[in-house]
Amino acid sequence: MSERPGGIDVSGLPTYAFGSRMTMAWGTAGFIVLEGTGFALAIGAYLYLAVINPAWPIGVAPPSLFWSTLVTLSLLISVWPNHVAKRSARNENLALVRRDLVIMSIAGVIPLVLRIFEFRALNIGWDQNAYGSILWIILGLHTTHLITDVGDTLVLTALMFTRHGKGRRFSDVEDNAVYWDFVVISWLVVYIVLYWVPRWLTT
Amino acid sequence: MNANDKDRPRDNELAGRELEERLARTWGTPRGILGALSTVDHKIVGRRYIVTAFVFLCLAGLSAVVMRAQLAVPGNTLVGPDRYNQLFTMHGTTMMFLFAVPVMEAFAVYLVPLMVGTRNIAFPRLNAFSYWVYLFGGLLLWVAFMLNIGPDVGWFAYVPLSGPEYSPGKRADIWAQMITFTEVSALAVAVEIIVTVLKQRAPGMTLDRIPLFVWAMLVTSFLIIFAMPAVMIASTMLILDRLVGTHMFNPAEGGDALLWQHLFWFFGHPEVYIIFLPATGMVSMIVATFAQREVFGYLALVLALIAVGFLSFGLWVHHMFATGLPQLGASLFTASSMMIAIPNGLQIFCWIATLWDGRPRYTTSLLFVLGFIVTFVIGGLSGVLVASVPLDTQVHDTYFVVAHFHYVLIGGAVFPLLGGVYYWFPKITGRLLSERIGKWHFWLAFVSFNVAFFPMHILGLEGMPRRVYTYQAEMGWGNLNLIVTLGSFAFFLSFVLFLCNCIYSLRRGLVAGPNPWNASSLEWATSSPPPPQNFTLIPVVRSRDPLWSSPEGLPAATGLSVDRRELIVSTVVDAEPDLREASPDPSIWPLAAAGATGIAFVASIFTPWAVVWGGIIVGILFIGWFWPKSEKEDK
Repeated sequence: MSERPGGIDVSGLPTYAFGSRMTMAWGTAGFIVLEGTGFALAIGAYLYLAVINPAWPIGVAPPSLFWSTLVTLSLLISVWPNHVAKRSARNENLALVRRDLVIMSIAGVIPLVLRIFEFRALNIGWDQNAYGSILWIILGLHTTHLITDVGDTLVLTALMFTRHGKGRRFSDVEDNAVYWDFVVISWLVVYIVLYWVPRWLTT
Repeated sequence: MNANDKDRPRDNELAGRELEERLARTWGTPRGILGALSTVDHKIVGRRYIVTAFVFLCLAGLSAVVMRAQLAVPGNTLVGPDRYNQLFTMHGTTMMFLFAVPVMEAFAVYLVPLMVGTRNIAFPRLNAFSYWVYLFGGLLLWVAFMLNIGPDVGWFAYVPLSGPEYSPGKRADIWAQMITFTEVSALAVAVEIIVTVLKQRAPGMTLDRIPLFVWAMLVTSFLIIFAMPAVMIASTMLILDRLVGTHMFNPAEGGDALLWQHLFWFFGHPEVYIIFLPATGMVSMIVATFAQREVFGYLALVLALIAVGFLSFGLWVHHMFATGLPQLGASLFTASSMMIAIPNGLQIFCWIATLWDGRPRYTTSLLFVLGFIVTFVIGGLSGVLVASVPLDTQVHDTYFVVAHFHYVLIGGAVFPLLGGVYYWFPKITGRLLSERIGKWHFWLAFVSFNVAFFPMHILGLEGMPRRVYTYQAEMGWGNLNLIVTLGSFAFFLSFVLFLCNCIYSLRRGLVAGPNPWNASSLEWATSSPPPPQNFTLIPVVRSRDPLWSSPEGLPAATGLSVDRRELIVSTVVDAEPDLREASPDPSIWPLAAAGATGIAFVASIFTPWAVVWGGIIVGILFIGWFWPKSEKEDK
């Protein structure tokens, strides 16, 4: 095959890049889409139950806004260092990436701790009625994503402090930042549905 | 980051046997049991997937044979009602979740990287992981059945029957967790296929030069990504209702039984097309090859695939016409159910036109495709009938529906699949299946299928409900049931004949050579079976049918490392080479992670805490999996 006319030489191509040039970015996007579908369907189930029940929430007041809003604020604030980390990764600046990932590790743990208090302020157990069940399921679904990405960030932070902190690992840092954006955006939708929709329905 | 001495030698610095052998060493699977368990070669994983799926087909077929033996005569006592409930649940669940979807993905895992001209699938370790998870899910279901705790709630496990009140014990939990296993596996493979197709195509394989099977798998993978989360969410809700006392489907506490049906069929209807679209992709390849001309209406076929993909999400409520939904909704779903016949019909006309204008060679492979066209048209027509609400209400849950979906699924997917096996067997094994036995196989399968399933239409119209373990002689269904049973036994025999053909041909079959059918797509540009590196030099594609337009051989893209696993990553639309990305080496971590995932899933049936400690163990194993083992992985 080698000597046929029309052959091309790829030896000068780089071995890694950023963003949608890498397969990993597409893989991450694929998982974001399928998990986003999961969120959409769970929210669909929530709205379906809200419509078919004569009263919503069933038998309790809407969940407390205090802790959930703190979680929302902490996630919104984390967007800034997250994008700084993404930029540092693109610039392949190891010192800055290390600093930013430490900040992002902390920025990830804060909403996770607040989330514990958020669960305790829901006013209802999962086994009380269908409203309580779907509330816990959706919050649980988001918490799973939060734990996953915080875990990922912690491992990546450790990795960047070893001899592996180079080359395509910078691209991995960027993918992790993209996934964190997804965790934040999906939360904003969930926050509105779980905390504001029941208030609008009761007024 | 650019070319440096560590990447040497490159594949343009060596030639001939030396190049082939060194690449085979780099991309090969290590010897021994540990090597076999660590492999990330898409061909080995794909082969395992295919064989495992066919083993499950055999088990599900056997459960059908037992059911048919029970129904052969009225008032039969061969199988009791409890066992019968388990049998039809095992049959449907295995066919849908452990055979039909996995076998199509299995062929894609094997074929797609070869068809797009790359050296391995994207995320090969995830691919190995997904196979193990699938295997463990299948084992869970069948070991449970052997222990007499097989699920008995039907393959769609409707609540409230499958809920905590009406199904105490563990049977429904086994069903729900098996869903989690198979969907994790299917979703992972879907992502791998999408990325392989979009980013790893050989240079020059622009979007309008992608082989139709690859297009079909791309669309199917998107369907999987948008459909399968629904059943995972639903089965998780079911298991939470059963194990920790949530009330998602409990009307007494604000839940709703129909919510289950909505979620299930939001997945379940696209599922039919997840099974059918890959089959149409196979048909397009087979028809073009045996007509020896390019497929008629390539663009129309691609658009039809995409149209079917979109429309398949607008049909789910036609499974729920008997639940008393608002009439407007029902009319909408009737219209969309009829509309999907249009792109499907379009595909059939394109295949007929291809054959009409070509010089067809009636090999066994093509015979199965012709059998598919006949059978699928009959199944499609009865589908248009049951898309209408009054007709559907009349025949709902009768044997008419059983007949319809077997015509669609066996006719629409299994016949093309068997055609595909005859077509690609030489590529996978290096030997041709016997055409003589193949012709017997086809005619036995085609005739016995119709003997087994056509009378079911009549039984359904006569009022025989599905899922009954027996019936009284006075109903007058005895003769037709006996014919159905004889037909189904013969149909099972046709698969035995097929198995004999496979075993015989593996040893005695004609040696195939690289391209025994004179086909045009890239998988035929390499030896049969392909070497570990798939292609010793990556081909460059300049047309839609590269092997026909360049009979003298294809130009090559050179400059990849020989001693390090490297493949070409290209741009999405134009397939311009863009990167030399590293591809992962073999690893035992995916198996370990899949094992831990399996234990956690099974244990969670018994204690919800298994999710917590199982999650921690799985997390640790994932870290082990992803942590780089050498600096060359960082490049």
